[in-house]
Parts: sequence; C-alpha cells; structure tokens
Amino acid sequence: MEPIRIKGRGISKGSTGGEVLLSEDPISFLGNVDPQTGKIVDPEHCLFGKNIAGKVLIFPHGKGSTVGSYVIYQLFKNGVAPVAMVNLECEPIVAVGAIISEIPLVDSLESNPFEMLKDGMKVSINGNEGWLETKD
Amino acid sequence: MYLTPEEERIMAGESGPTLQKAMEILVALGDIYEADRLIPIKSAQIAGVSYKTMGDAGLEWISDLEGRVQVPSILNPAGMDLERWQEMGVSAEFAEKQQEIIEAYRNLGIEVQCTCTPYYLQSFSATYGDHLAWSESSAVSYANSVIGARTNREGGPSALCAALLGKTANYGYHLDENRVPELMISVDCELEPSDYAVLGYIAGKAAGKRVPLFRMQSTPHRDQLKALGAAMAASGAVALYHVEGVTPESCRKDFELPEEQLTIERSQIDEVYETVSGDGITECDSAAVGCPHCSPEELEDVAAKLEGKVVDNNVWIFTSREVAASNPKLVESIEKSGAKVLCDTCMVVSPATDKFSHMAVNSGKAYAYLPGMCKVAATIANIEKCMEKGGGAHSD
Repeated sequence: MEPIRIKGRGISKGSTGGEVLLSEDPISFLGNVDPQTGKIVDPEHCLFGKNIAGKVLIFPHGKGSTVGSYVIYQLFKNGVAPVAMVNLECEPIVAVGAIISEIPLVDSLESNPFEMLKDGMKVSINGNEGWLETKD
Repeated sequence: MYLTPEEERIMAGESGPTLQKAMEILVALGDIYEADRLIPIKSAQIAGVSYKTMGDAGLEWISDLEGRVQVPSILNPAGMDLERWQEMGVSAEFAEKQQEIIEAYRNLGIEVQCTCTPYYLQSFSATYGDHLAWSESSAVSYANSVIGARTNREGGPSALCAALLGKTANYGYHLDENRVPELMISVDCELEPSDYAVLGYIAGKAAGKRVPLFRMQSTPHRDQLKALGAAMAASGAVALYHVEGVTPESCRKDFELPEEQLTIERSQIDEVYETVSGDGITECDSAAVGCPHCSPEELEDVAAKLEGKVVDNNVWIFTSREVAASNPKLVESIEKSGAKVLCDTCMVVSPATDKFSHMAVNSGKAYAYLPGMCKVAATIANIEKCMEKGGGAHSD
C-alpha cells in the first residue's frame, strides 16, 4: 500500500513514528491512566488493561481534571508516555500536557483516523507541519 | 495567530527553554480557541497549588521550570495553613511536599499569597477593563462580573505561562462579543444574605457555561455577589454573570435581553437548604466558613455570631493571610470561642477535611464540591445556623 499523508493541525511540535493504538473513548489522564506504567486502569474505559506507553495514541479528546496535563508529564518522565498523540479535536488539558512533555500532537485531520487506521498499524506523525502518514 | 518579532524569537528558543515552552503553550491555546494575537495582562493568579490535587506530577513540572514571572502573580489556596498545618491534622509527609510546591513557585518570583480572593489584597488591585490571567473559578467569576475585568478561566499551567510571559491569548472573555448575556434569570423573591450562595448553586446548574443576566428584587453587595459567583462556577461552569443595575458592565452597557428566560422561586431555594449534599446519614460534625476566603466584613459577621459562645466541634474559618493579619482583633475574638481562623487553604482543597463526615457550610461552592472531592456530606445554612448545627456553638 502506498503511504497516505493526512493533513491536520500541529498542536505540539516534533516528529516521530510508531504503532497506532485507537481509543474510541475520550481519556481523562487523571484517573484513567497509571502514571507509573502507562496502563489504562479504569475498568469503564475501552482501553482497560492496555498500555499506552510508546504508542501513537489516537483518541477523540481529553476530559476531566486539568491535573491531567501533569499526569502526561509524569508518564513522560517515567518513560511510559505515548510517542505521539492524535485527537479529533484537541482541548487544553492534552495540548498543555503534550507540549510540556515534548510529545508530538496533531488534531483535526482531514480524514477520520478511526475509519482509516487500525491498532498496530505503523504511522509517522509530524507536529511541526501537522500531519499523519501511514507507513504500510 | 499573529506573533510579534520578539514573540517569534521567544518561540524559537532564543530566551531559553522555559519561555519557549510557555510561548508554545499560549500559542497552542490561541490556535485552539482562534485567538488573533497575544495581549498584555496586569496580573496572574495561578491554580495548581494544593499537593492534594497536584500530586508528584505537578510538583515535578514546576520544579523543572526556570525564570521569573513578568507581572504580579499569586497562588490559589494550598492544601494546608502553611504555618498551622499540624493543628489541622495534616501529615508531615503531606506538609513537606506542600512546602516543596510553594518553594518551587517562590523560585519563579511568585508571591506566596495562597488565596481565592486576590481582589482583597492591597497590592493586587484589578479594575474595570483590565486583562488578567486568573485561574481559580470563583476569582475568575468575581473579576469578570463584579470588577468588570477580563479573564478566562485559566488552567494552572496556562496561568503560569501567562505570568512568565506577561501575556495571554486574546480569546473568550477578553472579547466583547463573548461577554453578552445569553440567559435571563429572574429571582422571584426577596433574598436574605445567605440566600445568594444557594441561588448560585441552583442558577449554575441551569446556566452551564453560559453568561446569565439576573433580575433581582434585592440588591446584593460584593460579598453576596462573591458567594453567588462561586456557587455558579462550581455547580455549573459560569465564568461571567451580570446583575441588572448592580454589576458594572450591566450598568454601563445596554445589553439586549436574552431570549431564553427562567425564574427561580423561594421554594427552590428552601429545598436546597433542606437537602443534604452527598451521603449525609449522620448529624453535622463540623462547620466551615470562607469558601471563597472571608472578607474583613465576613470575619466581623462570624465574630459577632460567636460572641460569648463556645463551640464543641471543629469550626474552621478560612481567609487570606493578609486579611487575617490586618484584622487581629477579629481573629482573636473568633478564636476565643474555640473556632480556628486558618489561612492559605480551604475545606475543599485540604486533605484535613476528609476526617469529617458531615460539614455545615454557608458556601454553594463547598456544598457542591465536598461530597465529590472530600467524601464529606454538606449542609448549607446561614452563618448562625452553621455555627449552631455544625459547630455546636452554645453560650459560654
């Protein structure tokens, strides 16, 4: 398959690549995620039991307490943060968390990533220019 | 968003990594909310202070920052009275972490005044039309509504970034078009001073994040407006409201009346007084006043209600350190009853509150937050009843 580049909006700078992990549910980093391991610990969450460490984490948007920004920073300091994040529509909690943790973050892609991508697919993310590219 | 050449240079990292990150955050927020540019701010009030809410994650981030704030900046309440934390029953481990957070902020040039009522501080005046970056929800509501200044409800990190750069992104409540009323609320009865907190609790649920315009039969003064706004920011997400003929923007501007209208009646207010918030099978075992922090007039009121009385339960009166220090006689008079006047903190953000099971409060904000944030049931009442029902106050 030819690589496909989908344009969006760059929110947090940097470029990287990795495996996709899709979450249909929004994420409240305070409460949903264990900052020590990167595991989703909320039994109500669709990613319960999965680990977001090292993934390109794709979710609709953040929610919950603004302390969530700091939890993203803690994940980053503990080496268990996602390598990149993609939102349908970014809000301040995740935007701030991504920037202080230097995690590339893109939102508002021209095509719906939930229709185009599957868990485990390899993608590149460029937060400077604001795009996602499929690799295989 | 347009950036000046100097702002571009900061964004490129020429002023160091802290300011670069701060600029990136303001620009990202500006992009999300479609701001056209950054605007200068007069002051900042920074949330994210209590170790209870910040945790190690927040402490770690603040400790890693370098730089100095560019405008007068103060803090939100911490998790304890910074001097009398032992009397509150706060653990030494918590106190140590809390002090680390305070020191990290101090190192950035932030004045260690931990209060949700920055507008009472002598050196921290805000006036009509000022642009601010404040973050505590009741302070934001007061600044926008009662003072007529302009601020969004900043998150902790964004307020800190704004303080470090002396600027914020121009969107939301900084713009005229977002300050017009969207919902008309008529209050169908005369109100007692304590009723405004209850009214706010009801109105906030109805308004959500819209801007309400109140039509009232009574004329509230500033402490009552404070209670009204604080409650609406907690039960809803109201950051700006107007009261016809009372608040400054409503007096100066000729607002069109909103199409959507609702009426709040006496019976709705009475119902809240009779309803325990949270799981309240037990009697009240404590009382607290000062959410938001007490003004000198409110301290006077509490002192008058406790005159010649002693309290059997924990009674905590919260205010800012500056207001307490300027009113030593009132503090002494209140504490003679056995009640404590505590500074730098409040019942909602301190872990010390968790030991109670049912607290009497005069605050719609505390009434909304105590069950969720502290697992403590709450009854709302006027100050006198709080002292009697919650504090067990009786004649000496």
